[in-house]
Amino acid sequence: MIKSEPTDSSKVVIENNFEKRTFWNRAKLELKKSPGTARFGMIVILFYIIVALFAPWLAPYGESQVFPIPYEPWGQEFVFGTDQIGRDILSRMIFGARNTVGIAVATTLISFLIGGALGLAAAINRSWLDQVLSRCVDVLMAIPSLIFALVLLSIFGTSIVNLILIIAVLDATRVFRLTRAVSLNVVVMDFVEAARLRGEGLGWIMRREILPNILPPLIAEFGLRFCFVFLTIAGLSFLGVGIQPPLADWGSMVRETAMLIQFAQYDLKAGLTPLLPASAIALLTVAVNFVVDWFLHKTSGLRDE
Amino acid sequence: MSDSDQSKTLLEIKNLKIRGFSDEKWHDIIKGIDLTLNRGEVLGIIGESGAGKSTLGLAAMGYTQPGCEITSGEIIFDGANLISLSQKKKQKYWGNRMTYVAQSAAASFNPAHRLINQTTASTIRAGLNTKDGAFKDARDLYGALNLPDPQNIGDRYPHQVSGGQLQRLMTAMAMSPRPDLIIFDEPTTALDVTTQVEVLAAMRGIVEEFDTAAIYITHDLSVVAQMADRIKVLRYGEEVEEAETRRMLADPKEEYTKSLWSVRSLEKKEEVAGDIVLEMRSISAAYGAAKVLFDVDLKLPRARTVAVVGESGSGKSTAARVITGLLPPSEGSVLFNGEDLPAELKHRTREQLRKIQMIYQMADVAMNPRQTVREIIGRPLEFYLGLKGQANKIRTIELLELIDLDESFIDRLPSELSGGQKQRVCIARALAANPEIIICDEVTSALDQIVQEGILQLLMRLQKEFQISYLFITHDISTVKAISDQVVVMSDGKVVEQGLKSIVFSPPHPKYTELLLSSVPEMDPDWLTNLLNQR
Repeated sequence: MIKSEPTDSSKVVIENNFEKRTFWNRAKLELKKSPGTARFGMIVILFYIIVALFAPWLAPYGESQVFPIPYEPWGQEFVFGTDQIGRDILSRMIFGARNTVGIAVATTLISFLIGGALGLAAAINRSWLDQVLSRCVDVLMAIPSLIFALVLLSIFGTSIVNLILIIAVLDATRVFRLTRAVSLNVVVMDFVEAARLRGEGLGWIMRREILPNILPPLIAEFGLRFCFVFLTIAGLSFLGVGIQPPLADWGSMVRETAMLIQFAQYDLKAGLTPLLPASAIALLTVAVNFVVDWFLHKTSGLRDE
Repeated sequence: MSDSDQSKTLLEIKNLKIRGFSDEKWHDIIKGIDLTLNRGEVLGIIGESGAGKSTLGLAAMGYTQPGCEITSGEIIFDGANLISLSQKKKQKYWGNRMTYVAQSAAASFNPAHRLINQTTASTIRAGLNTKDGAFKDARDLYGALNLPDPQNIGDRYPHQVSGGQLQRLMTAMAMSPRPDLIIFDEPTTALDVTTQVEVLAAMRGIVEEFDTAAIYITHDLSVVAQMADRIKVLRYGEEVEEAETRRMLADPKEEYTKSLWSVRSLEKKEEVAGDIVLEMRSISAAYGAAKVLFDVDLKLPRARTVAVVGESGSGKSTAARVITGLLPPSEGSVLFNGEDLPAELKHRTREQLRKIQMIYQMADVAMNPRQTVREIIGRPLEFYLGLKGQANKIRTIELLELIDLDESFIDRLPSELSGGQKQRVCIARALAANPEIIICDEVTSALDQIVQEGILQLLMRLQKEFQISYLFITHDISTVKAISDQVVVMSDGKVVEQGLKSIVFSPPHPKYTELLLSSVPEMDPDWLTNLLNQR
């Protein structure tokens, strides 16, 4: 059997001069090379995060503080005016970042947790589990998701928790399909077989052998999925079954001030009011997509020529 | 093609330099190479991987791969300097006066089109022949390349023919426009020895018949010896030496050239078997309904090497899968140290798993690209032996030293290792488990000759030191000669012959062993000619 010679302790304390590849080192290097669009995207996302985190300090008024004058025009006191019951639009937009973005992030995370875990398990197992899960997902995907979400929300009631869970489960189907597809390419690799031969369990193979190798497409998908979830929530709010008042939310803000757009010919600023929350949604979507595009380009291994 | 008033030289490359961009830096790939090719002449280019063979081959057509650029030099093809020509003008030459045969024919054909359409596409497009004429010519070419049923094989799709046939069809495609120059880039590397012979014979025949000039790129000296009139040896993008084939083989000038066939001189003294570690008893196995192993018996003695040889599809790797438990046999049993081994992987104990380790052909995919060497080697130490933290690190470094790597490798990722180093790390990972048996599945076939020799010597040293038994699966006879004590010859899922190396390799042979042994190219330029005469 293999016997080792005793090693003297001086040998053990080795600081190799080989550059440590910590996550941050690599991230710094990548950031340095990122294109302008991606940087713009990252700055915008960072801005949204700051706004969401520090909303109570940034907002001039409270989230649902009502003032006596509804539909106040843009001005000194209320920068973007007030809405139909006299709440400050700017304050509600700032708090809206917290609600809308926060719920979207939570929903996307949950959908990745569910879809990712099941997709990995299905790809490794490949037998009845794969069949059962895949067919269930097919059934769920066959129903248009917005309508399905509407139906489920009207059955279970429109609470924040229900909203998050329902959208998470519906979106998890897409994540499942992607995870399963990219995992299948990794599962057939010899190093996975080597791990199986070593006697490793399902959990180890999922987390340590496969997950690190499928992370790039998953992160890219996370960005895109976040946009879709975000738009779904805004859409549901616009339809009145999403985030409920008095919580500020961009989707419902568009709905509530939508008819102001007809007055644009008399007062341009008033007409612009419903477009403010709408463009907040649009800007974040564009920013996330810029970052995702860069990330996808980087991981796809394409060279700039 | 060549008229009397045209000059004798077809292609001339002068002081060519090419660099490539990777890891944020420019690297020199070709560092000033001169090359002259006359009409109707075959030039062999050999060297290890990374020597710049393929880059030079493509450059001969005036083409560089994405991320590479020609920095200086001239490429003069039939009087025109390809470097100064525009992309459009160069395309007039490609697929027309110069053609290319790639290593992987399977990846180069479009699976959605019939073979004959692909064979003739560039000829018809360039207006060199009418459709009917080109089709008729293609069928003649199929015949000349010894393809079965030359009249109809072109109507098939790529997946309906074998790998060796596909490689010949690609040669037909390259020959269809009657080019002045064909570049063969490792066209037989992916083929079995017995198939390789047929393809080599067909290619040589057709190149001679049409008096086409060719550049034949390979890392296998014995193959190039059959094909080329002259041989050029490359290393690190520079020319080592160039000479006429016979002279080069008889009397290589440079040390490096001599070392290229040193592995062929490596030979282990065979030792008679002691006790048996592992035994396969009348094993039959199947993938679903397809039976692949028929009543296989195999004995692996302690601290010895048993080589399993055969073509792809002969069931060598399936036998390994049965031993490791990935494929439970339909009949028969595997005995380990005299005890029955559970057929299925999940029924085996950790101790049983520890004692049988495996090394794979492609070290690239046998290691998780996201794990460092420390994680790769450290995991079996932790998993089987419970070594953690500092103890794990110490042992990992010891193992690295055993495989002749130092501790600076411990934090590297597999992508930062060379091919030979990768395979060494895989050996260390197997060794970490203190195994009694290591199954080596074609472990050297993806490596260069010199690197192969290093790996084989390492394996032999480890065997002596730690009394490990190897089950060595390979299709390369020179590797078998180098490492084995016993040989098992397999064909179509059955054992054709087995026994001590000296007995299996001395005549008389069963028919299949004879075919296999005679198909191994030898370092003799007349070998192919003689073989074809004999058959």
